[in-house]
Amino acid sequence: MASEDRAAAGVTREEGSLGHQRIAFTVMVVLFVLAPFVFYPVFLMKALTFALFACAFNLLIGFGGLLSFGHAMFLGTAGYVCAHAAKEWGFNPEFAILFGTGASALLGIVTGLLAIRRQGIYFAMITLALAQMIFFFYVQTPFTKGEDGIQAVPRGMLFGAIDLSRPLAMYFFVLVIFLAGFLLIYRIIHSPFGQVLKAIRENEPRAISLGYRTDQYKLLAFVLSATLAGLAGATKALVFQLASLTDVHWTMSGEVVLMTLLGGLGTVFGPVVGAFIIITMENYLAALGQWVTVIQGAIFVACVLAFRRGIIGELGHWLKKPL
Amino acid sequence: MTEIFGVPTQALFGQLLIGLINGSFYALLSLGLAVIFGLLNIINFTHGAQYMLGAFFAYFLLNKAGLGYWWSLAIAPLASGAFGMLIERTMLKQLYKLDHLYGLLLTFGLALIIQGLFRNEYGSSGLPYPIPEELSGARNLGFMFLPNYRAWVIFASLVVCVGTWFVIERTKLGSYLRAATENPALVQAFGINVPRMITLTYGFGVGLAGLAGVMAAPIYQVSPQMGADLIIVVFAVVVIGGMGSIMGSIVTGFALGLVEGLTKVFYPEASNTVIFIIMAIVLMIKPAGLFGTQR
Repeated sequence: MASEDRAAAGVTREEGSLGHQRIAFTVMVVLFVLAPFVFYPVFLMKALTFALFACAFNLLIGFGGLLSFGHAMFLGTAGYVCAHAAKEWGFNPEFAILFGTGASALLGIVTGLLAIRRQGIYFAMITLALAQMIFFFYVQTPFTKGEDGIQAVPRGMLFGAIDLSRPLAMYFFVLVIFLAGFLLIYRIIHSPFGQVLKAIRENEPRAISLGYRTDQYKLLAFVLSATLAGLAGATKALVFQLASLTDVHWTMSGEVVLMTLLGGLGTVFGPVVGAFIIITMENYLAALGQWVTVIQGAIFVACVLAFRRGIIGELGHWLKKPL
Repeated sequence: MTEIFGVPTQALFGQLLIGLINGSFYALLSLGLAVIFGLLNIINFTHGAQYMLGAFFAYFLLNKAGLGYWWSLAIAPLASGAFGMLIERTMLKQLYKLDHLYGLLLTFGLALIIQGLFRNEYGSSGLPYPIPEELSGARNLGFMFLPNYRAWVIFASLVVCVGTWFVIERTKLGSYLRAATENPALVQAFGINVPRMITLTYGFGVGLAGLAGVMAAPIYQVSPQMGADLIIVVFAVVVIGGMGSIMGSIVTGFALGLVEGLTKVFYPEASNTVIFIIMAIVLMIKPAGLFGTQR
């Protein structure tokens, strides 16, 4: 009886949380639809791709408890492969993006199999080291064009009909991709799979003792996260018509950690907010050069020491509703 | 010219020497990381920045205070260590009860701050630091020329590494340290001031990084970037060796330096990545690392 009560309470709480998250989601969509008429579309597209990147990263750390310090390798790999396919092979944008995303998914399987063999801090170090290896690979291999990167990538005609060189067309294409990725992640974390993932995050030995093959869950989470990070990277390559070493460098891995931490680890909307804040900051402070790095470092320290829940996490805590 | 496996001996030994030098730094840095990790359970991402600080301390001492290499060798590690202890007391201390990942994030942020500040001031290009007069020149070993300073670096690094191993594994102080690694609450109950020991240990680990920085200053140039990429390689070294044993991290550090040197001779394309590839292989065969125990 008591357990039924608890189950019933759990259901209502769950539905309640879904209710206000739906409101928040609607607000977000309306804002994003109106935004390009107020702000510069390329800036918004940059922020949206980073928001998707951060959401993908958050799927792993926030719900699986796995801190990856090498997520730039998925962003960069998909970017390079997508740019190469679009420019050298003349792929349509939708296929180029799919192709790039697929490449990141494959990389995710290989690196995931290695990385999940250790937990916690080791996991972070291993992903960082693997990403550095991939970075050096891209420095040396000719198809990435070294320091120049793959430049002047054509955006092409979406489905052969919509000309993506028009900023607004590209913006809404990016928005659709972002929302699809966001909803997929939302679906994943509210699925039974997501629940098991959270159980593993909280107490892995107990999850194992309950009969879950935690390694398979962790691997799947890792691959999903890598794939979605790849989707962000491939889209980003088309937005900027460029794939370069910046996207594979470890500083990019650090940046996505920062966005997610600032917005709120394990929150649904946090990574989006975090990404927008960091991208805005970089945009306006670009003239300050290295001070941007210093400020980023200071935000890291402040987040860890003072508000570990992040902006959205604190807001959700204050409203007593998980966002 | 004599050749081994089709490679001139000069080139082979030259690269082996560079490998040993790199290995000395890998060993010193991974040793510091292992000591810190043992007691604090924190991966010190600031380690690379603290290594860089050590080199800059040496540079400042020479150019602002007129104090040479030997003074730096004594002062810079102490100064870096003191700076480390300040960080531990003011920030890291607050994180011990939390998930260890927060320690990683905090030290990463600190590394960004320190490196950003120095890049702001000194740009990305390196500053020269002269080899101390006593150690300039080279001697002919018959099969190769060995610069005196490089011989000194290998020797000093070996002495420091073995000394650290001796203190931790063979002395009473070391036994306290190992006991506190196993069970800090129990050790504290015996009347040992564990928090102070933690602070000193962190200071010592950081001091090792500072020492490595001073020794590196005449070989590599003093630059704000010098620690950033190195630390990632050292992380891989630590994963390969496993952090369970002090001797393990020393041996792995030197060995991987040599392997890297050999790769430069026989397959230069892979010299940047060979350590990461070895890491992947070790993870497949022995996930806990060559000398590690799963924890």
